Amino acid sequence: MLSLYVPGHSPVHRLPAGVKLLVLAAGSAALFVVPGVAVHAGELLAILVLFHVAGLPWREVLDQLRPALILLVPIFLFHVFATDWVLGLETVLRILVLLFLAVIVTLTTRLSDMIEVLEKAMRPLRLAGINPSKVGMMLSMVIRLIPLMMREAGEILEAQRARGLDRNAIALLVPLLIKALKMADDLSDAMDARGYDPGAVTPFWRGKGTP
Amino acid sequence: MIEVCGVSHRFGERQVLKDVNLALTERRIGVVGANGSGKSTFARLLNGLLIPDEGRVRVDGIDSRDDVKALRRRVGFVFQNPDNQIVFPVVEEDIAFGLKNAKFPREEIPRRVDAVLERYRLGHLREQATHLLSGGEKQMLALAAVLVMEPRYVVLDEPMTLLDLRNRRLVQEVIRGIEQPIVLVTHEFDHLEELDRVIVFDEGRVIADDTPGAAIRRYVEAMA
Repeated sequence: MLSLYVPGHSPVHRLPAGVKLLVLAAGSAALFVVPGVAVHAGELLAILVLFHVAGLPWREVLDQLRPALILLVPIFLFHVFATDWVLGLETVLRILVLLFLAVIVTLTTRLSDMIEVLEKAMRPLRLAGINPSKVGMMLSMVIRLIPLMMREAGEILEAQRARGLDRNAIALLVPLLIKALKMADDLSDAMDARGYDPGAVTPFWRGKGTP
Repeated sequence: MIEVCGVSHRFGERQVLKDVNLALTERRIGVVGANGSGKSTFARLLNGLLIPDEGRVRVDGIDSRDDVKALRRRVGFVFQNPDNQIVFPVVEEDIAFGLKNAKFPREEIPRRVDAVLERYRLGHLREQATHLLSGGEKQMLALAAVLVMEPRYVVLDEPMTLLDLRNRRLVQEVIRGIEQPIVLVTHEFDHLEELDRVIVFDEGRVIADDTPGAAIRRYVEAMA
């Protein structure tokens, strides 16, 4: 799930990230305002058409979504026995629309474009002393570091197994934490070396010109 | 020109550099020394990643104490482990990172990214996730991400240490092709031999500063 963006030149890919995120937000909210099985089924169909237009790899998408899709079965069954099957179907369709809408936005939008939109949307928070540029960088770094941390955890586990140690949370977490801190230190050096400067943000209550 | 004047530096109780004085005027300079000899600390001082406890580091007259940002724009830095240098999860985004930081015009960034991807044969990996690259590809990306900035000088801290022979040769080829003056920290004698000048560090001091042949002989003697 970490190499999310699927490169392409389809009309869906070319839509600005801001528009896609807006559609995602508005569409998700509308799902809970506009009721009806037929409406949700229509929305789902439209999203599936967009999937086809964007040329996304169906099999990989379904593989990644399998755990979420499996969860829909007990949700539907709960409604069949506790309320009624139509409500169950509507709930399942809502979740499916939400899921596929989020997936199509994620798979057709570069992370950097999404972060840029997020940074713009967060600009008013500068008044409260929150630096949108730092928040954007933080999100990007999280996505970048997850696979590295997973690899590090795998190496620590292998080394421990080679030395005859069975699964032990403390024995994994302590060296992993040390490695994470070292990695963060190295990355911050690299960001400095590459001229990263998020700029200073002053909350409105401190006024301009004060640190 | 990079000038290092009376530089001493310590990490806690440990003195890692002692009164280093150097004027780096040659185009291709090598730095060699045992582990813990101070060579990586020396390299980091050149880019302003470290500010010396004592003494001055100046690049084209810019002192790292006075304007470290201007100094960093002039001196590109390639780290030993590319995983510690790659910031973004996608290849082209990572190359664009430095350009965005330097506030390059928005329309110029893709043009520069394209050119550097093409030049370093990374074009086919443009939209690849960085964590899925091989070690050699990661180091090529790290190099490309620094060179796209067109710094005046390039400092490379053991850029080939983690690579296999094939990738070492590829990276070495790229380093040979760098037009800017370079300072290359390395343990590889065959790389040192093709440089103009080699500086040998031992226990934080410069023990040799000579042509590659003479400096390597002095290094081997010191390690004996």
